[in-house]
Amino acid sequence: MTAVVENTANAAPDGQAGAVASFEVTLKIRRFNPEVSDEATWEEHTVTAHGTDRVLDALHKIKWELDGSLTFRRSCAHGVCGSDAVRINGRNRLACKTLLKDVNPDKPITVEPIKGLPVIKDLVVDMEPFFASYREIMPFLITSGNEPSRENIQSQADRDRFDDTTKCILCAACTSSCPVFWTDGQYFGPAAIVNAHRFIFDSRDEGATQRLEILNDKEGVWRCRTTFNCTEACPRGIEVTKAIQEVKRAMITRAF
Amino acid sequence: MSTQTAIPTPRSPYARRKTTRGNFELYSWVFMRASGVLLVVLVFGHLFVNLMVGDGVHAIDFAFVGGKWASPFWQTWDLLMLWLAMIHGTNGVRTIINDYAERDATRGVLKVLLYLAFTITVVLGTLVIFTFDPCPSDAPAELLASFCTA
Repeated sequence: MTAVVENTANAAPDGQAGAVASFEVTLKIRRFNPEVSDEATWEEHTVTAHGTDRVLDALHKIKWELDGSLTFRRSCAHGVCGSDAVRINGRNRLACKTLLKDVNPDKPITVEPIKGLPVIKDLVVDMEPFFASYREIMPFLITSGNEPSRENIQSQADRDRFDDTTKCILCAACTSSCPVFWTDGQYFGPAAIVNAHRFIFDSRDEGATQRLEILNDKEGVWRCRTTFNCTEACPRGIEVTKAIQEVKRAMITRAF
Repeated sequence: MSTQTAIPTPRSPYARRKTTRGNFELYSWVFMRASGVLLVVLVFGHLFVNLMVGDGVHAIDFAFVGGKWASPFWQTWDLLMLWLAMIHGTNGVRTIINDYAERDATRGVLKVLLYLAFTITVVLGTLVIFTFDPCPSDAPAELLASFCTA
């Protein structure tokens, strides 16, 4: 098929065929700079954006053209590295996967750091509490016996069992959307449980008992109230709440 | 440099306070489900017998309750209902306190109040169910129910 410019309906006012429509959009950003003030403030910037632009593009435009002091994380900018999870219009999303046109650009779009983690500056939070609970569930393959001399083969069905939870990019959108995590940050959080699930249900792994023991904690899976905030927040579409319930079920069948 | 920032080092501040592994939360989770199912039967059975059977709600008076607690069946029923409902409810409120109280001190005070209320209600309730006597022998005649003198 040959690429042909067909859509002229959205052409810009200057009449250039195939031009993407542009519009003004206002971003209301939560700014925090501990060197200046202990209080966070809201700051508004209006930029010209296109229908194909994402929230990250607008943030870039602000940082590069309007206010270079704006601080946020991003690495790949294509929804894989999980660096730019922020709270956009009250929902945790990746700034690089959210199109401006999908979050109602008619009104100011609020952009805040994700909740429940200490803010370092502007949209940058300290991810260490999040990674600490991730490390606790031992996110690596545990096996016994001799080092294998050939491939450790797994059937397609065995692989499918934990396929969903392999998609996690550790962006913390789920954990920082969880009301139980907001309270005191002691809860392991959905992301740690999802990554434990990835190994617990892996037929090649032998550390399931240890991981279940770690998560059978006062702050483990039993603090999940199934509010589904994590499932809604996950930019990879992982069924997070379902994974947590599967870990709960594994614990119950182990105990009785 | 001269100006030091107040930002703590990114890797220092966090530590899980302590590991609290154990089956307590597991059993509590299972108990909530099991007792919930049992309570549906117990509570609706209780409501049906008290409010609908026979004269229904009009039959309820001191004598009705006295008569009911003369039977070991209803004693057991009410005792089970009292204990299950109190443990189920207390455990639920305990969870809510854990979820919403942000400071350890608040959490502690609320839980002490909760367990105190639980203990008083359960002890008093159990005592009444087992020691209830509609016609105490040494009470003055004018305080006794009408059926006692018959």
